[in-house]
Amino acid sequence: MAAPIITVEHLGKRFQLRHKQHERYTALRDVMAERVKGLFRRSAGETTEEFRALDDVSFTVNAGDRVGIIGRNGAGKSTLLKILSRITPPSSGRVTIDGRVASLLEVGTGFHPELSGRENIFLNGAILGMSRTEIASKFDEIVAFAEVDRFLDTPVKRYSSGMYVRLAFAVAAHLEPEILIVDEVLAVGDAEFQRKCLGKMRSVAGEGRTVLFVSHNMDAVQKLCNTGLLLNKGRLIASGSMEDVVRSYLSARDGSNGRFEVAPPKEEGVPGAIIDVSVSTREGGVSSEVPVLSPFEISVRFRIDRELEHLIAAVGILTQLDMPVRTIWSAPQRIAPGMHEAVFHIDDVMLAAGRFKLTIGLSNHERSFHHAEDAAWFEVLDAARATESRIVNYRSGLVLNQSRVDISALTKPPHEQSRQSNAPAPPEPALRRPAA
Amino acid sequence: MSKHRIVLEPGSADRHYWRDLWTYRGLFGFLAWRDVLVRYKQTAIGIAWSVLKPLLTLGTMAFLGWLFESKVPGDVPRLLLVAAATLPWTFFSTAFSEASNSLISNSNLLTKVYFPRLIVPASTIIVCLIDFLISFVIVLVLMGVYCFTPDARLLLLPLFLLLALVTALGSGLLIAALNVKYRDFRYIVPFIVQAGLYVSPVAFTSADIRNSARIPEAVKWLYDLNPLVGVIDGFRWCLLGGRTELHTQGFLVSTAVSLLLLVVGIRYFRRTERGFADVI
Repeated sequence: MAAPIITVEHLGKRFQLRHKQHERYTALRDVMAERVKGLFRRSAGETTEEFRALDDVSFTVNAGDRVGIIGRNGAGKSTLLKILSRITPPSSGRVTIDGRVASLLEVGTGFHPELSGRENIFLNGAILGMSRTEIASKFDEIVAFAEVDRFLDTPVKRYSSGMYVRLAFAVAAHLEPEILIVDEVLAVGDAEFQRKCLGKMRSVAGEGRTVLFVSHNMDAVQKLCNTGLLLNKGRLIASGSMEDVVRSYLSARDGSNGRFEVAPPKEEGVPGAIIDVSVSTREGGVSSEVPVLSPFEISVRFRIDRELEHLIAAVGILTQLDMPVRTIWSAPQRIAPGMHEAVFHIDDVMLAAGRFKLTIGLSNHERSFHHAEDAAWFEVLDAARATESRIVNYRSGLVLNQSRVDISALTKPPHEQSRQSNAPAPPEPALRRPAA
Repeated sequence: MSKHRIVLEPGSADRHYWRDLWTYRGLFGFLAWRDVLVRYKQTAIGIAWSVLKPLLTLGTMAFLGWLFESKVPGDVPRLLLVAAATLPWTFFSTAFSEASNSLISNSNLLTKVYFPRLIVPASTIIVCLIDFLISFVIVLVLMGVYCFTPDARLLLLPLFLLLALVTALGSGLLIAALNVKYRDFRYIVPFIVQAGLYVSPVAFTSADIRNSARIPEAVKWLYDLNPLVGVIDGFRWCLLGGRTELHTQGFLVSTAVSLLLLVVGIRYFRRTERGFADVI
């Protein structure tokens, strides 16, 4: 057994949060007075609160491990990566790292919009820790990966967002550190790009390098990582094999079998809030598992604090890779204060087997006041239907409408052809559609 | 144990800081290169600005000196006298203000990548050095026009340039680090530069101050506390072949202030730099 390449002991990171009891309208005079007072000491009416972004976290990582770090928003994942990347110091504990670290916390850090693609490759490479010769030797590979060779001398401010992201990732993907730290870079770009990135990261890991990867995409972490860490509110609550950690993450999120609590809105003063979401089938009741091709319902419970003229509730169904599949809106309506439930009936079901995520939103007068991304998930199971054995998962397509395939011969078999060579040719059969 | 072992602990200064600085020397060059490339993008006359800017400053300063009847020593043309001072002053003022704002304007880098933070303000000063070289050529051309031949003292100029660099780096580092936490310094910097121009011997000469009858002798020592006094007097002394005086005591005092600024600047910067990403 090799010695660990990263050792984290009782790591903690604290922030001081300042709360100000501020009035709604501030006069310039007050601001200036605050400034004068605030320059040297805290003003009255201000309280501080300690926030622990990380609290007593300990783990080790062995060389060659591919570690997936998961957890809800605000669990401390990014803070952990920032400490390991030496961007921010720990408040307590100790980290020992034996190797060269490169981190990719954002796609395109340090890209300058005025500079050309070529110039940005060198600049970004240097920022990520590559030497000039290293960049020059990989230059062609980077350009080929990014598919931007025609635009190398165009300023990147004229690039499409897709080209920009491809170029940025391409530079980072050609780093050769012993330890690579990656934060949720797959959240950007289209599906094709995400597939390519994941492939590249897998080959990086295949070369025996250590990878630490933060993602909300369970599918991606499970494919890429062999060990996992689960953080919740700054604490490490599970570690071990990636499958086990993903399983405990999903079961921890899913309150009581299919019912998902939704965090309150971040903004203050909104007229209401989503409380929870559940998925249920006609037969099975509330469950996060829906048999393939059977109707189901998505029910959203929410609280309204004051009468609204024009409320719309919406549900978005997305794939694990954040590709929207379907969005359903309620008709706008007047709504009284109190508790309400919106039920979205999905009767004509054509979703292929696999896991889907739900995004829930409430709006009034087309202004969204609570938007919960990734609020819940459900799984479409294909096991129930033996006759649909060809349906494996949505990798072969997202929808399963009824369709028929006929195969007919366009040419005669060779032995028939030679026998009837003098006979007139039969009419060419078109690519026939099956009769309705 | 690998030679790349890094230990991260609260409060501990990085043991390998200076080694890291060397490892990241490539980035130092790239950041400077970026700033040079970007500098005159989308300007109509482009690189011509780096010639026009010093000429405009020079003209204004020479006019001011003439207006206030600053004394010109011996056979030195006024324009040359002022040019010898504008050269280090412009270098200092741009280097100081660019370095002071450099961390804020590169905040996206600070919060996403590790590198010794010292690189950011230091690389902006390199860009100002390039401007300095262009201005220096202009001064040489000016000397040619006046048929003025400098003597061997010119060879000492790099020493005084180093002194100017130390002054700009020290003060720039200090203000840059303070600026991260207190954005007030963003407004203080232009004021320092503006006031600095009036208390530094650019439009006038140090002799004007030292020989002034109106300034009480008891407060004249305050004048030497300005680190730019030593730098500018040194430049004049080198470029004008000793026709202006290099006041020894005054020069030593302002050099000491420059060095003090460098020490204070580096120490404050190093003490706060690990937390930059948290407060910027």
